[in-house]
Amino acid sequence: MDFRLTGDQRALRSGVRELLAGRFGRDALRAAVDREGTVDRELWRQLGEAGFFALRLPEAEGGVGLGLPEAVLAFEEAGRALLNGPLVATHLAAGIVPGAAEGGTVVTCATQLRGHIPHFADADVALVLYDRSWRVRYPKDLPSARAVRSMDPLTPVHRSSPDIPTAPPHPDGTLLTAAEQLGSAARTTEAAVQYAKERQQFGQPVGGFQAVKHLCAQMLVRTEVARSAVYAAAVTGDLTEIAGAKLLADEAAVRNARDCLQVYGGMGFTWEADVHLHLKRAWLRAQMWLTAAESEEIQADALASAL
Amino acid sequence: MDLTYTEEEEAFRARLRAWLAVSLPELPPKPDPLDWPGRRAYDTAWQRMLYDAGYAGLHWPVDAGGQGATPTQHLIYLEETERAGAPYVGANFVGLLHAGPTIAAEGTAEQRARWLPPVLRGDEVWCQGFSEPDAGSDLASLRTKAVRDGDSYVISGAKIWTSHAEVADWCELLVRTDPGAPKHRGISWLAMPMDAPGVTVRPLRTLAGSAEFAEMFLDEVRVPVANRVGEENDGWRVTMVTLSFERGTAFVGEVVACRRTLGELARTARRNGRWDDPVLRRRLGRLNAEFSALWRLTQWNVSESQSTGGVPGIGGSVFKLRYSHARQELYEAAAEVLGPDAVDLDHEWTADRLSSLSYTIAAGTSQIQQNIVAERILGLPKGR
Repeated sequence: MDFRLTGDQRALRSGVRELLAGRFGRDALRAAVDREGTVDRELWRQLGEAGFFALRLPEAEGGVGLGLPEAVLAFEEAGRALLNGPLVATHLAAGIVPGAAEGGTVVTCATQLRGHIPHFADADVALVLYDRSWRVRYPKDLPSARAVRSMDPLTPVHRSSPDIPTAPPHPDGTLLTAAEQLGSAARTTEAAVQYAKERQQFGQPVGGFQAVKHLCAQMLVRTEVARSAVYAAAVTGDLTEIAGAKLLADEAAVRNARDCLQVYGGMGFTWEADVHLHLKRAWLRAQMWLTAAESEEIQADALASAL
Repeated sequence: MDLTYTEEEEAFRARLRAWLAVSLPELPPKPDPLDWPGRRAYDTAWQRMLYDAGYAGLHWPVDAGGQGATPTQHLIYLEETERAGAPYVGANFVGLLHAGPTIAAEGTAEQRARWLPPVLRGDEVWCQGFSEPDAGSDLASLRTKAVRDGDSYVISGAKIWTSHAEVADWCELLVRTDPGAPKHRGISWLAMPMDAPGVTVRPLRTLAGSAEFAEMFLDEVRVPVANRVGEENDGWRVTMVTLSFERGTAFVGEVVACRRTLGELARTARRNGRWDDPVLRRRLGRLNAEFSALWRLTQWNVSESQSTGGVPGIGGSVFKLRYSHARQELYEAAAEVLGPDAVDLDHEWTADRLSSLSYTIAAGTSQIQQNIVAERILGLPKGR
C-alpha cells in the first residue's frame, strides 16, 4: 500500500495546473465573469487537445487511457482555477457524443441538478441519464427550458421541462464534481493564508491572531480530510465511498469559502475579491448529483446493510 | 495512489489473524475499569503474549529489540488487533509509545539494554511525568528542578496528569537542570524509578469516575545521572521526539474501533426503532463518511511516514484535531440512540461518552493543535 501520488500522477497534476495558469489566469477568469460564464470555445478545444475530456477514453479510441484517479487530479485543478463550463458532462460524454473528446462539442447534462440545466444555451448536446444509461438530447428537444438568473456568475442555468427526470446517483459524475470542490477548498485555504500573512492590523499580520489562525487551520483540516476521501474513492470506485467523498468535499468547499471570506473581512464581501465566486460555485455544485441529505442516506444504508 | 496491500503484507495479515484467533481465547477475563492493579496485570499479560509470538515492539527498530516492521505492517497490526477485539496497549502505553521509542532513538547502548527489553516483555510499566500543575499546554514552563549532587540529581517539584502512575515502575521525567537558561533550554529527560524515596502519588478522580491519572509529588528524590537520556539541558529536543510518536501513531487503532462502534449503533437503532428518525439516521450516515475518511487519512499519513523511515510527520496534528472531535460526536450520537438508557453509567457507551471529553484536551488541546497546523504547516506567524 502506498496512497501517495505516483510520479506520473504528480506530473499530470502540475501539467494541468500549468496549462490552466497560462490559459485561465485571473484576467481570463474575470473576463469569463463579464461574459456571464459562457463557454470559451477556443479554450474548450485546447482542453480537448490536451486530453482533458479524453483522459479516460482507451488509447485505441483515441483517448489518453488513464483512470479515475488521474481524472480526479485533473478536475481538482479545474476546481482550483474556477474553470467554467460543463466540464464533467463533456468528460463523461467522451466516446458517446461525437466531438466531445476533442473539445469540439460542448455537452451538458440535463439530469444532474434537479430540473435545472447548467450551460444550456451554450451546449450542443444535453445528455439525459435514465437509470445508468445515457440518452442524447439536443437543446431544440427541450423547448420549454427557460433561463433563470443564476446565483453563480460563472454558471448560467436554465429551468428545464418537467419531463426531465432526476438522475440516480452517477458515480463518476459525482466524484469528479467532488474533485472540483476539493480543488476549490484547497484554493480558498491558500488565499486565506496568503491574505492573513499580508494584511496588517494592530501592528501585526492578522494571521498572528489565534482567532484567524484557527480559522485557517480548520480550513486545511477540512481540505485534507476531503482529499483523503476523494482520492480513496477514485481508487476504489465504490459508490458509498463516492457519496462520502461528495459530502465531505461539498462541506470543505462551502465552509472554506465562507471562512476565507471572513479572513478577508470587508474586502471579502466585495465583487472584486474572487472568494464569492468560489462560494457561489461551491453552493451550486453541492446541489449537483448528490445532495448532503442523499449522501448521508447512502451512508446510512451502507451501515444498515453491513449488519 | 495504491490502496492494495502487497502479497507480503497480506501474508503478514493472515499470520496475525490466525494467531489472534487462537490466542485471544486464552486471555484472562477483563478486569474492572476501576481496578488498576488488575488492569496492569491484564495489559502486561497481553504484552507478554505478543512478545512470545514475536509481535512485541513491532514498529521498533530491530537493534532496539523490535521487529522493524514497516509502517504499513504496523497499520495492519492495529487494524487486525482492533477488529479481533484484542486489548489495546493500556498500561503499556507510555513504555511502548513514548519512553521506549525515545530511549531507542536517543539512549546509550547501556540504557537501551536496561530499559527496552522489560517494556517489550511486559515486565515493567512506565508513566509520563511531563505536565505540571501550573504549566498545562505550556509544557516548557515546567518548574520541577533537578540539582546535581555528585553522580545523582536531587529532584523536587510536582507533576500532574501522570497516567498509570499508581502502577508504574518507571517515569519518563522532565526536569529543569538549568534554571537560568531560556525556558526551552535547561530541561533534561530522566528515567526515574517510581519506588525511589520521596515519590508520592495521589490519584486524581476524573469526571468519568475512574483514576486514570495522578498527581505526583517529588521531595528530594535522588536519581542517578546515568539515568539521563540525551545530553544535560537537551531534554526539550528529546521530548519533541517523544511527542511526534505520540501524535503519529497513538490513535490509529481507535479509528477501527470507532467504525465498529458505529456499526453497533446502527444495529441498536434498528432494533429500538430510533433508525426511523431521519435526523438521527442521517447523523449516523454522516459519521460513517467521517470515519471512513479518517481511516483513509490514516493510510495517507502512514504512506507519508513510510517515505521518512517511519518517523511520523506533521499530518498527525491534522488527524488528531479532526478525530478527537469526531469521537465526541460519535458518543453524542450514541446517547441519542440509547435515549433514556444513556443515563446508565454501566452502559459501555455512556462511559465512553464521558471519557471522550478528554480527547480534545489530552496530548495537546485542539487549540494548541490548531496553532501547530497554522504555524508549522501553513506558515502563519507566531503571535497571540
